[in-house]
Amino acid sequence: MRGFPFFLVCLAVAAAVFLAARLTNNGYVFFAGYVVLQYVVMAVGWNILGGYTGYVNFGTAGFFALGAYCTVALEKLVPLPLPVVMLAGGVVSGALGLGMGYLTLRLRGAFFSIATLAMAVVAQTFMVNWPFVGGSAGAFVIRPETAEYFGIDYIRYLFLLMLGLCVIVIAVARLIERSRLGDGFAAIRDDELAAEASGVPTLRLKLFATALSGMFLGMAGAPLPFYVTYLDPPSAFSLAYAVNTIAMPLIGGTASWPGPLIGAVLIATLQQVATVTISSAVNLLIVGLVLVGFVIAAPRGIIGWFGLDRRARAHPRRLAVGRT
Amino acid sequence: MSGTLLEVTGLAKRFGGFVALDGIDLAVGAGERVGLIGPNGSGKSTFVNCLSGTLRNEAGQVRFDGRPLDGLAAHRRTRLGLARSFQLPRPFLSLTVGENLRIPIEYVVHARGRGRIDVESRCAELLEMVGLAGRTDELPAGLTQVEMRKLELARAMAAEPKLLIADEAMAGLSHQEVDDILALLLQLNDRGVTIIMIEHIMRAVMHFSQRLVVLVAGRKIADGLPDEVIRNPEVERAYLGE
Repeated sequence: MRGFPFFLVCLAVAAAVFLAARLTNNGYVFFAGYVVLQYVVMAVGWNILGGYTGYVNFGTAGFFALGAYCTVALEKLVPLPLPVVMLAGGVVSGALGLGMGYLTLRLRGAFFSIATLAMAVVAQTFMVNWPFVGGSAGAFVIRPETAEYFGIDYIRYLFLLMLGLCVIVIAVARLIERSRLGDGFAAIRDDELAAEASGVPTLRLKLFATALSGMFLGMAGAPLPFYVTYLDPPSAFSLAYAVNTIAMPLIGGTASWPGPLIGAVLIATLQQVATVTISSAVNLLIVGLVLVGFVIAAPRGIIGWFGLDRRARAHPRRLAVGRT
Repeated sequence: MSGTLLEVTGLAKRFGGFVALDGIDLAVGAGERVGLIGPNGSGKSTFVNCLSGTLRNEAGQVRFDGRPLDGLAAHRRTRLGLARSFQLPRPFLSLTVGENLRIPIEYVVHARGRGRIDVESRCAELLEMVGLAGRTDELPAGLTQVEMRKLELARAMAAEPKLLIADEAMAGLSHQEVDDILALLLQLNDRGVTIIMIEHIMRAVMHFSQRLVVLVAGRKIADGLPDEVIRNPEVERAYLGE
């Protein structure tokens, strides 16, 4: 199968990351590392829609929180193994993505982005008014001491699951880039009318991208209740998720998977370090400053800065400028 | 010429209260070269957009290759063999010249399900045909205007159409460049592609067309042999005034 050797390489890298984290013999590394990995999944997943097809989604927090609330609801109904719960969260968020894509398919550029932001607000309002998942008071979820089957500390287990999801999302993103689908996405990003005239079924492809991207964002959010143990709407739907998830691919470069990966690792690690050494409030300031710096000095991101990115060369600011 | 390839009956399109097309009838035979002219705003581009599925017509019917196209999305029409080039070239700017051609090959030729062709050699062949040989790996931003028009035509041709609608492929080009594009279109027609050419450059239209159709204010006012059509008093009036 195409892409399988790459998948194995990813697995090997993931295993090395996990072993390295164990070698530090420091529980906090897993605790902080989980957030970095979560952002890798979110940035690469977001980029499937935002980078490949050029549709900038501001509703990240909506998808992410929906995945998290799916876990809360399932935990109360039928407690299932976490990987299954993550899959369920992915399916629900993917369905939301499909619905959002269908309703907004005529909107482009800034208009699409505003609609996605509105979607997140609607989802938050819905959760605030749904007592079953805690409503505005929030919900407590009890984190087990150790994971079943694995017998390791639960935070390490969450870290491991997120690491696995990273491998999957990167392998999928790369597969898309190298397939007919990736060409179709690029054609949509460049010129939808010309894409349609060249035989690209733009509607179907856009729906696929919104659903797939939404699914990964939801899966990234699904383990969150176990990580934080208390979930309430303002924190689950925090705008910081949306801002970070957009900033990371922009800083890394949007045209292919290494961009969001590098951006996420860089920014999320900086944020985690700053949280410990300076203060937790400085997080968004870092993103803001770095993003401004990159928009001015390297609009094509880190990947583009080093000229590793052939596809973004022609229209570097495509994402920054809203298309109408 | 064998049979009718495109048959348009009573095609109408309104934008709000503005009637852009008012009951157009047109039949184009297989292998024919038809020129479509008309003053600015006469509805030529709207007509093309209705044929290619970019716009939905309110009334009338388009039949292509024996089947009605009503309600079909643009990409489905391209797959059926109705290709168009855009008035202003619309290359995929972040893709190389070769990748620009790969899109219709992957999404049209392969999607037709009559076997796969070698994408690279087909790209090279198309670029050779339009005189852009060896430019596969360049980005469209580096092409000149005339080269971009050629790329636009090559991309339309990559879909292996039965009918090509060339929407002002020569506007703004020099004398020599017009001749280049003209030769290219004639060569395509030689290979059996039916062509509708929309053009303002009369020298090119008269040289190219076997039949000339004139649109004025959304209505077809003339349809016939080019020499006769341009002597038609109504056509003269439309272009030169009373």
